[in-house]
Amino acid sequence: MRATRAIELGTGLFVLLGFSALFFLVTQITNKEIGFGDSSYRLTAGFEQIGGLKAGAPVSMSGVTIGRVESIGYDFTEYKAKVVLRIDGNYDRIPDDSDASIFTAGLLGGQYVGISPGGSETFFKDGDQIDFTQSAIVLENLISKFLFSKAAEQGDAQGKEEGN
Amino acid sequence: MSNLLAELYERMLESLLAVGRYALFTGRLLVETPRSLLRFGLVVHQVHNAGALSLVIIMLSGLFVGMVLGLQGFDLLERFGSEDSLGTAAALGLVKELGPVVTALLFAGRAGTALASELGLMRATDQLSAMEMMAVDPVRRVVMPRFLGGIIAMPLLAAVFSMIGIFGAQLVGVQMMGVDPGQFWSQMRGAVEVDDVMEGVIKSCVFGVACSAIAVYEGFHSLPTAEGVGRATTRTVVISSVVVLLLDYMLTAVML
Repeated sequence: MRATRAIELGTGLFVLLGFSALFFLVTQITNKEIGFGDSSYRLTAGFEQIGGLKAGAPVSMSGVTIGRVESIGYDFTEYKAKVVLRIDGNYDRIPDDSDASIFTAGLLGGQYVGISPGGSETFFKDGDQIDFTQSAIVLENLISKFLFSKAAEQGDAQGKEEGN
Repeated sequence: MSNLLAELYERMLESLLAVGRYALFTGRLLVETPRSLLRFGLVVHQVHNAGALSLVIIMLSGLFVGMVLGLQGFDLLERFGSEDSLGTAAALGLVKELGPVVTALLFAGRAGTALASELGLMRATDQLSAMEMMAVDPVRRVVMPRFLGGIIAMPLLAAVFSMIGIFGAQLVGVQMMGVDPGQFWSQMRGAVEVDDVMEGVIKSCVFGVACSAIAVYEGFHSLPTAEGVGRATTRTVVISSVVVLLLDYMLTAVML
């Protein structure tokens, strides 16, 4: 009888250890640390260009992570990317004229949504849409704009010289 | 020449038959599963045999695999100046790949052989026939608890392996090589998704079913001689290892 008890105890400890290891893996090495309770709420935002933004990317205000990008879709009525943000319920005082932009963390880091607060007295509620958005900056567009403006300048300069 | 062809044909037929027998036996085990779960005492005993007794070897291997991952990962990442990503590399490598696979290989070596030789000896000493004489179904009484015990133990062992491995990588990377601990953990948390962990869990469950099924099949169908038991044990390790690596490739291709 004693042997059975020892076996049961050993098995119990083993199973406990196994499940705590699993728990450790899920909670400690993944980005699950923000406990979205039932209090979290959703906001949507339309962007012209989202660059490399992915579902699961952080949403931050002044660098503090307040939520995550839940899903990304395409809205054919407005012809814009529709991004759904899930915001932690603790951060429920975001003015409803705040604007959302897509930034890149570091030079090659992942992209995230930054919210800068507006001055309104009323706050966002579940399901609201962020009206003021700024697209992700795509490096290729930036370079081509720069090149074209340079070319245009040169063309102007040449034209003036010829006029003289 | 025709003899050679005939033998080749015979061999191919034999291996095809073996695949069929495996499939039928595994199917039977899966059908018996719900009923056998009710006799939980027997299963607990086997979880102890397959899991708790394998814990030491799993933890030790996990520690060293994690440590060598820390060392190699650091050396590799340092060349790109991105040693801060060591935590991500080690965690993803362990959770998705090394944890389930190495645990399954060790499991086949430690628990699979024990199962096969135990069942083989029961066969050789006519214990299984004796049960049949007493109208006790040996598959239900002997094979099923061992099969289920292995399936339950395997994912838990893999989780323990990955956890210890991450600590091993942290030990080498942070304590010895001087990676910043904040970067190590925060980059890991930023990059590893719950889906990655689940991929590892699914893999280890599948490996658990495969390894346990192979071990009990080989043991149960071993020849009732000393040589037969030895051969069953060897075949368990060889077949399990190959099947685990094969399944690993297929599962990764499907889930990636």
